[in-house]
Amino acid sequence: MRPFTYERATSAEAAVKAAAETPNAKFIAGGTNLLDLMKLEIEHPAHLIDVGRLPLAGIEDTPDGGLRIGSMATNSHVAADARVRARYPVLTHAIVAGGSGQLRNKATTGGNLLQRTRCAYFYDTTKPCNKRAPGSGCGALEGLNRNSAIFGASHACIATHPSDMAVALAVLDATVETLSPSGQARSFAVTDLHRLPGETPDVETHLIPGELITAIVLPPAPAPSEEGGGQVYRKVRDRASYAAGLVSVAVVGGKVAFGAVAHKPWRAAQAEAALASGASPAEAIAAELAQASNNGRNGFKISLISRLAPVVIKEARKAGRSA
Amino acid sequence: MKTTITVNGEARALDVDTRTTLLDALRETLHLAGTKKGCDHGQCGACTVLVNGTRINSCLSLAVMHDGDAVTTIEGIGAVGALSPIQQAFLTEDAFQCGYCTPGQICSALGMLAEVAAGWPSQETADLTAPIQLTDDELRERMSGNICRCSAYPQIVAAIRSVSGLPA
Amino acid sequence: MSSVADWEAASNPVKENRAGNIGKAVDRYEGPLKVTGTAPYAFEVELPPSASGPPLYGVMVSAAIASGRIAAIETAQAEASPGVRLVWTHLNVPEQGPRPERYDFFTPSPRPALQSDRVYFFGQQVAVVVADTFENANAAAAMVKVTYEADAPMADFHAVRDQGVQPPGEQDTEIGDFAAAFAAAPVTIDDVWRTPLQNHCQMEPCATTAWWDGDKLTVNTSVQMVRFAQNSLAETLMIPSKSVRLLTRYIGGGFGGKGSFYEDLVLASLAARELGQPVKVAFSRQQMMHGTVHRPATEQRVRLGATPDGKLTAMSIMTVTHCDSRGNFTEHASNFARSLYAAPNRLTGHRLVRMDLPVASAMRAPGEASGTLSLEVAMDELAEKLGIDPMELRILNEPETDPETGKPFSIRQLVRCMREGAQIFGWDRRTPKIGAVKNGRWTIGLGMAAAIRGNMLLPAKCSFTVDAEGVITVKQGMTDIGTGTYTVLAQIAAETLGVPLGDVRVEIGDSELPPAPGSGGQFGAATAGSAALDAGMNLRKAIAEIAVADPASPLYGGPSQDITFQDGVIAIANRSERLADLIRRNRPEGLVAEGEIRPAADARNWSQHTYGAHFVEVAVDTVTGEVRTRRMLGVFAAGRILNWKTARSQLTGGMIWGVGSALTEGNAVDPRHGSLINQDLAGYLVPVQADIGELDAIMLDEVDDKANPMGIKGVGELGISGAGAAVANAIYNACGVRVRDYPITPDKLLAALEAKGL
Repeated sequence: MRPFTYERATSAEAAVKAAAETPNAKFIAGGTNLLDLMKLEIEHPAHLIDVGRLPLAGIEDTPDGGLRIGSMATNSHVAADARVRARYPVLTHAIVAGGSGQLRNKATTGGNLLQRTRCAYFYDTTKPCNKRAPGSGCGALEGLNRNSAIFGASHACIATHPSDMAVALAVLDATVETLSPSGQARSFAVTDLHRLPGETPDVETHLIPGELITAIVLPPAPAPSEEGGGQVYRKVRDRASYAAGLVSVAVVGGKVAFGAVAHKPWRAAQAEAALASGASPAEAIAAELAQASNNGRNGFKISLISRLAPVVIKEARKAGRSA
Repeated sequence: MKTTITVNGEARALDVDTRTTLLDALRETLHLAGTKKGCDHGQCGACTVLVNGTRINSCLSLAVMHDGDAVTTIEGIGAVGALSPIQQAFLTEDAFQCGYCTPGQICSALGMLAEVAAGWPSQETADLTAPIQLTDDELRERMSGNICRCSAYPQIVAAIRSVSGLPA
Repeated sequence: MSSVADWEAASNPVKENRAGNIGKAVDRYEGPLKVTGTAPYAFEVELPPSASGPPLYGVMVSAAIASGRIAAIETAQAEASPGVRLVWTHLNVPEQGPRPERYDFFTPSPRPALQSDRVYFFGQQVAVVVADTFENANAAAAMVKVTYEADAPMADFHAVRDQGVQPPGEQDTEIGDFAAAFAAAPVTIDDVWRTPLQNHCQMEPCATTAWWDGDKLTVNTSVQMVRFAQNSLAETLMIPSKSVRLLTRYIGGGFGGKGSFYEDLVLASLAARELGQPVKVAFSRQQMMHGTVHRPATEQRVRLGATPDGKLTAMSIMTVTHCDSRGNFTEHASNFARSLYAAPNRLTGHRLVRMDLPVASAMRAPGEASGTLSLEVAMDELAEKLGIDPMELRILNEPETDPETGKPFSIRQLVRCMREGAQIFGWDRRTPKIGAVKNGRWTIGLGMAAAIRGNMLLPAKCSFTVDAEGVITVKQGMTDIGTGTYTVLAQIAAETLGVPLGDVRVEIGDSELPPAPGSGGQFGAATAGSAALDAGMNLRKAIAEIAVADPASPLYGGPSQDITFQDGVIAIANRSERLADLIRRNRPEGLVAEGEIRPAADARNWSQHTYGAHFVEVAVDTVTGEVRTRRMLGVFAAGRILNWKTARSQLTGGMIWGVGSALTEGNAVDPRHGSLINQDLAGYLVPVQADIGELDAIMLDEVDDKANPMGIKGVGELGISGAGAAVANAIYNACGVRVRDYPITPDKLLAALEAKGL
């Protein structure tokens, strides 16, 4: 790790101010991804602003019956929250499918959203990677790209976003609340947080440099019903636990999202539209997969989703019926 | 950078490099080498300690982030001649071979049992609204953040089970 | 030299086991230290007051190419970085003994570090930075800028497998006329299996703490072979062996990967000398993947020919494997098959390709671990073709004598392992009908496989000391890599000298103690233990002689051969005294005896192995290709068991390695770069708790009197042998497809299911 200075922010406002004023500064909260990357010389901030103890860890009901989750709430606390478990089980199931108990105890909601890809070529600093070293090329494109994206990839980057939690937030139509460097609060859909790689895979989100995620807001949960359906999260991976996903599928009623298949949590808009117009789950998923691309070794993800996602949709319907 | 961390009940005033992880501060600065470095990237669990009672990977945390925290390491859990029940259970059940992951397993188990007592769910928890039953599958899932390459997994389950005080 | 007959004829305290220490489920001797985190591993040892100053930290820089040369190496920035004490590259590293062209595990030879501008494999160490803190050393190491002239690496094993040649000094073994018999066989199997590179992933990365006291070097390191490392290090440093004290008392996993030693040991020693201060050097987890050794990939063609009633008429396993560009290690995946099943016509052998890949070497059960993944599945395939139960097929082909050499087996209880295992596991519940049992989204399948692993005995020495308190101290330059060495040596000592276990001390992992070969090849317990038994017998003799010659002893004048040793008391009939009293009077400074073991002159007259049978129940999600092991049982026959608890743990650990080899483990090589794509424990997936369901190992009563004076054998590598094949067979029973390219990950299983229209 290169030397850096460190400060502990006393308020969100002070944090964004410090980020705006200090060159090459980064926020650190749990640190479970940032420190991993700093040790490998992939990230090298000159200054760390510790936002982990800001009073942004609360989880509170919103007036409309939704839930506001502070960005510093740990993954474990969110997953264990009684309201989340009762009303947004897909979120709990997604969170506990990720990492390990130890990691979830440290990782925060905001940090989880901003974690970077696990692409092996991003991690190996001896290899070209447009995300890590813009302009150097993509090592994965012609490489061992079994874990790469099938949706929305570009010639510059075929990396995936590894979060499980974000897939659940996407399918729940969650909103991100932020504080910009100028002190302005704003909010937008979580599905608008991450970008597709395009020509600039190093720019991963639509956040302004120095902007701090302060909360995630969940809209009121849909009442379980056969039409509305229940909530199901399924993750497939190479071992039973403590491993990145090959693919994951989140379903809430007629809404569907996939994980580990794109540079962002992938909301399956085509599938949802097809389901809404009466298509069978298999037909709907096929409609979504029509736009999927096979980069050589990741084609199995297409098969996997085509086999798994209809099953998950049916499970969610069944769960909705029995609720 | 000046940082004070309470380690195993004793306040320790440190002057650490900002880059020093909690793990290296424990091992190299405080000479509490019971906490192990297996991967240094949160991928094995050998460095697990309890911070304010919660288990975390000490390798993925900077020492300066823990100013004012209370850290419990394996050295704070028991000693030769005065083993804690879980340490004795690991010994009795042969829940280790090379011993390198063992301190992390023990700290993780204590943190895990507290999480179960608090009703935290895992991916093995099918019904999120019912009380947690610590089945063997639940126990295995919850201990999956601690790799044992010697693969004493069945023995670790037996050891934790013997002190969990909870029915299967 | 002893003969096997001598061992069979002679009784000894281990065989008699009067106090019952042998076989008992004794807790680990060093266990209290390990569960309290107070066992110091190599990087953690407290420095003696004589060591001048606090330790410095060394961090190594690894090559970013697989083949070529270093064109330029820029160190000025690193040298100027805070806290840096030295930066070494091939341009300025101190002179070391020259590396021999080829080397092996057992012959000491120099292993110089940073020797030239040549890069032989990705991850080879090319520089080291030593600084006052770990953080400063790490930061400076990242500042060393290396420019390479890279050659295109030869790194695609499957593309060059046809270039494989006979490994040095080896020949194929053919019995009968395999080709003709195979061609004529009414029922045949002919398939190819692939196993990937695998990594040991010991939890403790390789590490060394070194300091000098004048001309004397002390190193604490993490190696399996004490004397080998000591002598090789001395040759590397060009100093006498006696100037090196090598300590390796606690080792965080070995599995063969610490049979060698690496640059941490050499560079810490050199830098400590240069800087006059203790130096610690450790591998990072990422450096472990490339910079230490691995199990190489294999391609194995198995051909079986059988009669319709299930008698094998032809059997062949031919393995192609690879090693590094300068090596000669061969993964002998075909060897075990030479002793497993009867078949009159047989052909086995190996081909080796040298490649621009990291160094291949031994990993737990080298040969068997890979080879059983093919043959033991091929037997399952053959059983299905024949319509015979897979276990019964194996029993039908059980040989009376070694099928290749014709030598008698020392003892062979493979059939009993299978029969008893089948009964306990409930093998009769298996139906050959695919996918007959469902449980929610899971389809259940059962599989079995046989296990076989050779047995070895190597020369070793040991000393026993009894002190004035009656405490026995065992001293041996042996290692405990989690295997239980400390504990079984204590049990042998307690039983041999008739003292309580609590009155035994064990000192190992020190080059100044009587030499033993170390841990590997599952020869450790038999080798170290047999030397210990001999030392114990010699100490008994010495004690007896003193007792009968001591007028103050109640045993005075008695027949020394009649002395018994029990509960810390020595006696002849009803005359007795405490051992401690005798020693206090006669040898207050303690009494020492030495012992040794050598292989019997006629040991090779028998075919000698350990055996077992694995039974597995898996669940397969046929939608996703996910596999879970729900239940697993191994039944093993491995001679007399010294410690039921530690032996069982070795076996269950090995079985879980088998699960990993079947389902998750493998390093994929990017042939463009000659590097492994998965370089850490998030990429190389060893099994975690959740991967392992109910799992147990049972050991049959057995004594192999032809193995050594104790009739014991090894268990460290038997458990993995065959375990992965049993998993693969269970997967087939669940879902009807075979994946012959390990590991059987969901993508591969899915492709196989889809290819069958499932």
